[in-house]
Amino acid sequence: MQTLREFTRKTKRGNILKIVREHYLRDDIGCGSDICQHCFQNDVYALTADHDLQSSLFKYPHYLVLDTNVVLDQIDVLEEDVLRNVIILTTVLNEVKHKSSSIYKRINEIIHDRRRNFYVFVNEHHKDTYADREPDETANDRNDRAIRIATKWYDNHLKSSQVSKSFQRSGRQVTRVVLLTDDAGNRAKAEAEDILVATASEYVKSLSDHPLLADKLSHKTFANEKQALPQYPPHLSLREILEGLKQKKLLQGSFQASRENYLEGNVNVEQYEKGILIQGRESLNRAVDGDIVAIELLPQSEWSAPSEIVLEEKNVYADDLPSEERTEEEKVMLQQVRAAAVVDAERTPTGRIVGIVRRKWRQYCGILQPSLIEDTSRHIFVPADRKIPRIRIETRQAATLQNQRIIVTIDNWPRNSRYPHGHFVRSLGPLGDMNTENEVILLEHDVPHCKFSEEVLSFLPKMPWTITPEDYAKRVDLRDLYICSVDPPGCTDIDDALHCRELENGNLEVGVHIADVSHFIRPGNALDKEAAARGTTVYLVGKRIDMVPELLSSNLCSLVGGVERFAFSCVWEMDKEANIIKKRFHKSVIKSKRAMTYEEAQVLIDDSTQDNEIAKSLRHLNRLAKILKKRRMDNGALVLASPEIRFQVDSETHEPLEVEVKQLRDTNSMVEEFMLLANISVAEHIAAEFSECAVLRRHPKPPTTNFDPLIKAARYQGFEIETETGLSLSHSLDKCVKADNPYFNTMIRILTTRCMMQAVYFISGSLQKEEFFHYGLAAPIYTHFTSPIRRYSDIMVHRLLAASIGADSTYAQLLERKSNEELCHNLNYRHKMAQYAGRASVGLNTHLFFRGKEEDEEGYVLFVRKNALQVLIPKYGLEGTLYLKTDKDGKDGHERAKSTVVFTFSEEDHTQRCGNVVFHSFDPVTVRLSLDSSNVQHEKLVFRLVKPYIKGFSVETGSESAADVAAPPPTKKTKKNQKKK
Amino acid sequence: MAGRFELLSEQGLRLDGRRPHELRHIKCKMGVFEQPDGSAYMEQGNTKVLAAVYGPHQAKGKKTETNDVIINCQYSQATFSTSERKNRPRGDRKSQEFKMYLQQALSAAIKSELYPRSQIDVYVEVLQADGANYAVSLNAATLALIDAGICLNEFVVACTASLSKSNIPLTDISNIEEVSGGPKLTVAALPTAEKIAFLEMSERFHIDHLETVIETAMAGCREIRDILEAAVKEHLIHIGSAADWGRVC
Ligand SMILES: [Zn+2]
Repeated sequence: MQTLREFTRKTKRGNILKIVREHYLRDDIGCGSDICQHCFQNDVYALTADHDLQSSLFKYPHYLVLDTNVVLDQIDVLEEDVLRNVIILTTVLNEVKHKSSSIYKRINEIIHDRRRNFYVFVNEHHKDTYADREPDETANDRNDRAIRIATKWYDNHLKSSQVSKSFQRSGRQVTRVVLLTDDAGNRAKAEAEDILVATASEYVKSLSDHPLLADKLSHKTFANEKQALPQYPPHLSLREILEGLKQKKLLQGSFQASRENYLEGNVNVEQYEKGILIQGRESLNRAVDGDIVAIELLPQSEWSAPSEIVLEEKNVYADDLPSEERTEEEKVMLQQVRAAAVVDAERTPTGRIVGIVRRKWRQYCGILQPSLIEDTSRHIFVPADRKIPRIRIETRQAATLQNQRIIVTIDNWPRNSRYPHGHFVRSLGPLGDMNTENEVILLEHDVPHCKFSEEVLSFLPKMPWTITPEDYAKRVDLRDLYICSVDPPGCTDIDDALHCRELENGNLEVGVHIADVSHFIRPGNALDKEAAARGTTVYLVGKRIDMVPELLSSNLCSLVGGVERFAFSCVWEMDKEANIIKKRFHKSVIKSKRAMTYEEAQVLIDDSTQDNEIAKSLRHLNRLAKILKKRRMDNGALVLASPEIRFQVDSETHEPLEVEVKQLRDTNSMVEEFMLLANISVAEHIAAEFSECAVLRRHPKPPTTNFDPLIKAARYQGFEIETETGLSLSHSLDKCVKADNPYFNTMIRILTTRCMMQAVYFISGSLQKEEFFHYGLAAPIYTHFTSPIRRYSDIMVHRLLAASIGADSTYAQLLERKSNEELCHNLNYRHKMAQYAGRASVGLNTHLFFRGKEEDEEGYVLFVRKNALQVLIPKYGLEGTLYLKTDKDGKDGHERAKSTVVFTFSEEDHTQRCGNVVFHSFDPVTVRLSLDSSNVQHEKLVFRLVKPYIKGFSVETGSESAADVAAPPPTKKTKKNQKKK
Repeated sequence: MAGRFELLSEQGLRLDGRRPHELRHIKCKMGVFEQPDGSAYMEQGNTKVLAAVYGPHQAKGKKTETNDVIINCQYSQATFSTSERKNRPRGDRKSQEFKMYLQQALSAAIKSELYPRSQIDVYVEVLQADGANYAVSLNAATLALIDAGICLNEFVVACTASLSKSNIPLTDISNIEEVSGGPKLTVAALPTAEKIAFLEMSERFHIDHLETVIETAMAGCREIRDILEAAVKEHLIHIGSAADWGRVC
């Protein structure tokens, strides 16, 4: 069964080594075809004789063998459910794995889809298809040859099964094997060896039943461009880059394009705290946001400063040559910036990109730019993300795609093309449609959101689900306790409930009961893997993307009122001063007496006529919570603010009806306090039990430079912010109160929030104890235990806690540091993305809300920029830019006559002055909000100044404002803004 | 198990093309030298080991004070045994460790009651190292002992096992599998008696998997035992045929 074959390989590890490895060739590898009469098949047949794909090139049934370049470049074609009966050779699979892990993952997903009939043939270990590397043969040539050998073998192998008399009598056509390759050399050799061969593009275009599949072909070049002149400097080869890096002539880092200025970007390089600035098209040299690039630092005399100018690219058309005007504009911008930088002391290291180490291209959402010429297949795609350049694509369905959100991917970016080349992947649906827009948000934030697969669902408990006597035996019965839950209105995934009762010794027993999700999700099964990959439930306005299937999230795990549910309980005995005397953890069965909203709970507490057990319990909890909170504040926990709003959403159209700022009641803080306490108690426990692998959460103290903008802003107002410790920061924030500006303190806290670091999950074994600290909460140790329905971290913590108290068994991965570290990494990423997606959804709904409306709102200047004011509208928790200088097109989309209004920016105290109107940070203003829909993809809220009134700049507000005109020009002291309806 | 290379492909083959339970190709030969009392050469894949046995002979020096047989092992690895040629001083820490392990396993097999106040010297030299060096050394030593005519309770053989990411146990770990970061378990056993003479782990296994991995290594031991047994018979027929002994068997 096994034969021995040795082969040699040379690798570089400082010096050249000869490596000898065993390589076993086998005769027990099946071909996977149901036509075959020879092979021992160890699996279900992946390849079948039925073939319904009509190709004008190959008019008989055929299997396809794909060359590596076809898998790498045409993965979007492969993902379409068109090509079937495809043989993937391990030679190809290995090459794909080395070249692109994301495509490797995608091809594997296709292979795993049984309906697609993709079969992996281990040609590298098959005795008849193994190709030994010949002397002087490159690895690439060897692989090409191996692919041809395997194709040839398959064809002959199948032929030999189709020569029998009975087969001929059946009248079926002989199934052949076709090689698809985009490599001209390989193709020529294949033809010489009598192999059926075609390029991917020839083959796809030959499929008469699927004319649109051709849109998804990857485009490396476009016909009319071959003669065009290079517009960019060449890239260094990878070898030159490595050499340059070694000699420290070059630096390497990840490129981040500026969202505001398409001619600017930044490269994060280790040694440079603020990264290295890249300015101008040639310096950017075809880098796309996220790419790992090699850069050359410019001499200090050529350093520049970030422009702080918002510059958006104008529309161009597919056939445009680079217009003089545009190049001119770019030059002007660069000169201006450089000139400014000479005077400016804020020059930063500046460089230019000389090569690409690794592309991080992904799929991009966006729209087609309307074409000037009818009937053209060449189009320009405008990505939704401003950091991504426009992309040239070819499509025959432009008319249908015109008002749709589509996905496009980049194929390459040659020197002679202003824009990268790409191809159409799929359409998401009509523009402006709520489902489409949500889909865009989810895709742009890499939120896994497809339906749960059958396999995942198969691990759900079978309904009707009942609690068995064994379950009761294993758990503490708490059904008699007056447990209740308090949540926002409309909450269906209730993961926590509380109780408090007086004990005979006069102490209080407080219990936090958390949904026992880990009882239902067993480690390692498909359900668990899916939940771990999703990491968190994502909340969009009016839509929830669950981490676990609904049966669990809204039913079996959710601690709804009046129903028996499994819980993981954390129970403390406390004295009346909220000092913990004892704590214990156990699994339990509870029956929540009532599921309340914050408001209902508040009413119950406040209504002194109510004297039932729940009311008593809540009052105790509320009182203890206040003590706990005070204690936490005294330790230096921070009260931070971020404007949070809620939309009332129409249940049918899913469009926002009303906006309200989230109200905070005592009861919110009550629940929060006990959740924090439970999290801290559990964190202490699991960190003590599992010194290596406990999943914890920390919040690092921000580096002092993070606070600079806050300190500056406060100093202009005459306040000093101490950032030495959390406690001193907290105290100095409390002192920031201005009698004439009630919102001032909140704004300072909003700015403080922006100085903070991200809190992250980590593994206890990976850091020193001192680094466990949670800065925001001023807690030495912290974790997440209380929301297992919507956070996977909590499920892990539950498992650890359960293992430590003997309530559940451990398993290998639970105790493995490395796998837990990787898990934390994913959770941190998913949480960040979920947060961004949530914000994007709020932004989207704000826009919908303002569609067709114009409203004047009171706001505050959050900070002053060189050409704009950043304005915050507390009512909507909304922040926007009020541009002060207009360029000739009217940057905010509103044409204005050339105005004589000039604003002067003072670097010294960060103010903008126009006449005798001066804008400081935190000044109140009234602005008119309206939606600018001129760019369908980037609808944006336009902020226009109403008050203070500046003639020729502020909005004229009819008769009412006439009075203002007559009045003496308002200064910043004018505070008589009244809201207009 | 982050960063660890997948040891088993989805098609069910290991990096070198073996299935999970398969041993590497084994070749062995007894009586390769004339000088020692017993010798053997053993190849398990690309791991190649020579073993030579001297004795039993009278124990020397202080060692005579005990009544037991003294098993004196020496383990060394040739400079050219790995792709990077390293000078390995004899008696470095690793060799010392392996020497102890060899002594431990061999003393479980040798019928010590037959050799009081005697000494048996076992020299093992790894010519080429490609994983499971200890296990192959022990197997070679066993053959050399048999070649020297020393009475054994039973074949003492060793085999390694590992665990793939998908928790499938793998038999007989090659060097590439070792360096790819899989955990390694080595068992030296008396397979018929189902006794374990020696067990070593490169890292901790979770208790859920330990049993199956040990069982896999034991199954490997049994298979190697059968191969060695066949080789011994073959050898006997061969040398026997010269003296016409072969027919006696
Ligand atoms: Zn076959």
